Amino acid sequence: MNRTFKFLIPLVLFFIAVGFLFKGLYLDPHEVPSPLVGKPAPMFQAPVLSDASKTFNSADMKGQVWLLNVWASWCGACREEHPVLMAMAKSDQIATYGLDYKDIDQEAQAVLDANGNPYKTIATDANGKIGIDYGVYGVPETYVIDKAGVIRYKQIGPITEEVLINKIVPLLKELQR
Amino acid sequence: MIPEIGQFSLILAFCFAIVQGTLPLVGVWKNNTALSNLAVPAARTQFAFVAIAFICLDYSFYANDFSVLYVASNSNSHLPLAYRLAALWGGHEGSMILWVSILALWTMAVTLFAKSLPETFRIRLISVMGMVSIGFLAFIIFTSNPFERLIPAALDGRDLNPLLQDPGMVFHPPVLYMGYVGFSVAFAFAIAALLDGRLDITWARWTRPWTTVAWVFLTLGIAFGSKWAYYELGWGGWWFWDAVENASFMPWLVGTALIHSLAVTEKRDAFKVWTVLLSICAFSLSLLGTFLVRSGVLTSVHAFATDPRRGVFILMYLVVVIGGALILFAWRAPKVGLGEKFDVVSRESMLLTNNVVLVAAAGSVLLGTMYPLLMDALGAGKISVGPPYFDAVFVAIMAPGLFLMGLGPLAKWKKASLPEIGMRLRVAAIISLVSALLVPLLMGKLTLMTAIGVFLGIWVASTTIILLVNRIKTRKMATPDLVENLKGIPLAFYGMLLAHLGIGVFILGVTLVKGYESEQDLRMDKNDVAKIGSLEFHFDGTQEIAGPNYMSTEGTFTVTSNGKQVAILQPEKRFYPVQGSVMTEAAIQPGVIKDMYVSLGEPLENGAWSVRIYIKPFVQWIWAGAILMALGGILALTDKRYRILNKKAAKEAQDALEAFEA
Repeated sequence: MNRTFKFLIPLVLFFIAVGFLFKGLYLDPHEVPSPLVGKPAPMFQAPVLSDASKTFNSADMKGQVWLLNVWASWCGACREEHPVLMAMAKSDQIATYGLDYKDIDQEAQAVLDANGNPYKTIATDANGKIGIDYGVYGVPETYVIDKAGVIRYKQIGPITEEVLINKIVPLLKELQR
Repeated sequence: MIPEIGQFSLILAFCFAIVQGTLPLVGVWKNNTALSNLAVPAARTQFAFVAIAFICLDYSFYANDFSVLYVASNSNSHLPLAYRLAALWGGHEGSMILWVSILALWTMAVTLFAKSLPETFRIRLISVMGMVSIGFLAFIIFTSNPFERLIPAALDGRDLNPLLQDPGMVFHPPVLYMGYVGFSVAFAFAIAALLDGRLDITWARWTRPWTTVAWVFLTLGIAFGSKWAYYELGWGGWWFWDAVENASFMPWLVGTALIHSLAVTEKRDAFKVWTVLLSICAFSLSLLGTFLVRSGVLTSVHAFATDPRRGVFILMYLVVVIGGALILFAWRAPKVGLGEKFDVVSRESMLLTNNVVLVAAAGSVLLGTMYPLLMDALGAGKISVGPPYFDAVFVAIMAPGLFLMGLGPLAKWKKASLPEIGMRLRVAAIISLVSALLVPLLMGKLTLMTAIGVFLGIWVASTTIILLVNRIKTRKMATPDLVENLKGIPLAFYGMLLAHLGIGVFILGVTLVKGYESEQDLRMDKNDVAKIGSLEFHFDGTQEIAGPNYMSTEGTFTVTSNGKQVAILQPEKRFYPVQGSVMTEAAIQPGVIKDMYVSLGEPLENGAWSVRIYIKPFVQWIWAGAILMALGGILALTDKRYRILNKKAAKEAQDALEAFEA
């Protein structure tokens, strides 16, 4: 190999890395095939948002199909998704539960007060521990969990109307049968 | 008024940084002493203005000035004073202020203590550090102004995140940044040397103490952070392979490689190009870490809100600084000759392997940290990488390196003999093999991973001791008296021994806690007793207590062993009303053999609680190991050769150099 060229290798590698980093700035984390799909949802207990005396226990959800939506007040994409969640709540087809991820309770409550609350109950995960169990990659994320407590679908990034109609609703119909 | 003074000082500091980063370089190039003499005063003035900005911001925290947006977002009038002052680095803007302050501090230290360097070299060095500073000051001024006003002022602040309200917050970030940013000195040395064309033994000798100081700080900073996570997060973990942790660990790995590579360059005049590249890489990884954390391209436990503008700015800065450095490297490094030749089996080759291992380990961490981003950018879908990847890959790469660590220091320079090293180490090998079987059996369970871990830990520790014995033996002829003999061994050698011993202690801690920790999640009523091994945890009930800015429910657990009381543990569940958040404060009884760790989960009916009890064997050894490594570094610094504070020695060296040149 040419001797001068050899000394250019670090530079070339660096610029390749920069290319990826630059692209990374404009990407949204979405569609990660989760290794958890098809596996039992990790059990957790967590304080309920704005009512720390109550505890949400995921074990109580056995026997029903439910959605676990991971969100946070600091997350912009969650606001995009919010109207879709509201519409789902109105249609009463499914119970949506929230997991408030690495958030400040007051700020989360303020967002809900301003925009409406689509959740039956919201569990809080202030230090992200539950998020780690679920392999939360970014916020928002949504898990569809069946009657046996098995994760059947994971949506990374906001639920769009398209995702709702083409993926989630058919899956729910099948699971609730 | 005070915030405006701070803001204005930042702008002035920026101007002086520009002077410091450009004119002296031109001065050296054009042989213009008037310009090159600007370096030191400009650097010191920059330091003064950065310090004023820092003090102004911290004063705003002290005085609860909630008309400053950043203060209102990160502090509260009920916050205890120490945390108010530390809240300065509780958010993005203040972290950047801490970054430039520490950079200015390092630059100031260079102007004060690097007096033995030749004038042009020193001016280039200071000027390069000025260049680094320009970018960060511009970043703060244009995208992250901490002095922005909030009008009308908030009645009270939104408070510092309760997770950060801990003594760890006061010490961990400054110490970590001292390490992180400290590699900028080694970087500047490398750039100055490339500009100067002076890549030789003296350059390595000048760089070594600065690199070691930064490395000591980084070691302590990382250990601090890990310890903090251990007791604060309430679930007993101590390392999470989180992107932010990785961002500090990668410079540490490369910095460790650099320290060893510098030793070869100083002693053997070899590895010069490689050393210069490592100096650039260590600081580049610090900068990359800053980018990853501050731009929000990766979500992490330490996540900050995303602002692509900031990301683009830092990325451009990375391109200029790292890209510029690497272009300079590609242009100047080929002219540096190869060092002295060495045999396949020699200390050089062992140190080279050590370097390759450390750099490969850093590369694997880098890959794991960036992998989700890479896959996404390539449109190949997304894959999450977590502890399973890191644990497997990192251990696989490091294990052979750790084995070689036992051989390397015993190998002779240039050409060594493997059979001879083998003979010297046979005792260590036997001890390590026996303990690899015995220790796991004593602990109750033998698995391959624990056996390998114990083997490596004991191997590193025992070979280190043999190294000392060996050194004493070779000196015995000349100095038969043992005390005189020990005194005569250079401090740097003891430093190396201590640091290597620290690695051994660290490995043992990690192996034993991973292999033998036990965890119980229990529902406990008042007066319930939980049994773990021979220990009984008696739950005495809870009481309400009031903290300075929180309400707390404190549980009391009396721990007995065979009827004898061994500890009283009082974990807390704290409620911080300002942010309405609940924090878990675990109670830990640390010990040499094991930690007892109790944390309160949720209150259940009738005064019962969900309780987590952990027994963590040898977990303290992890941090003890890190402290030994840092002490080793400090000891090495006190060696006569590197006394940067010793002006007399510096003067003598200067005189000798001048006499030699004349």
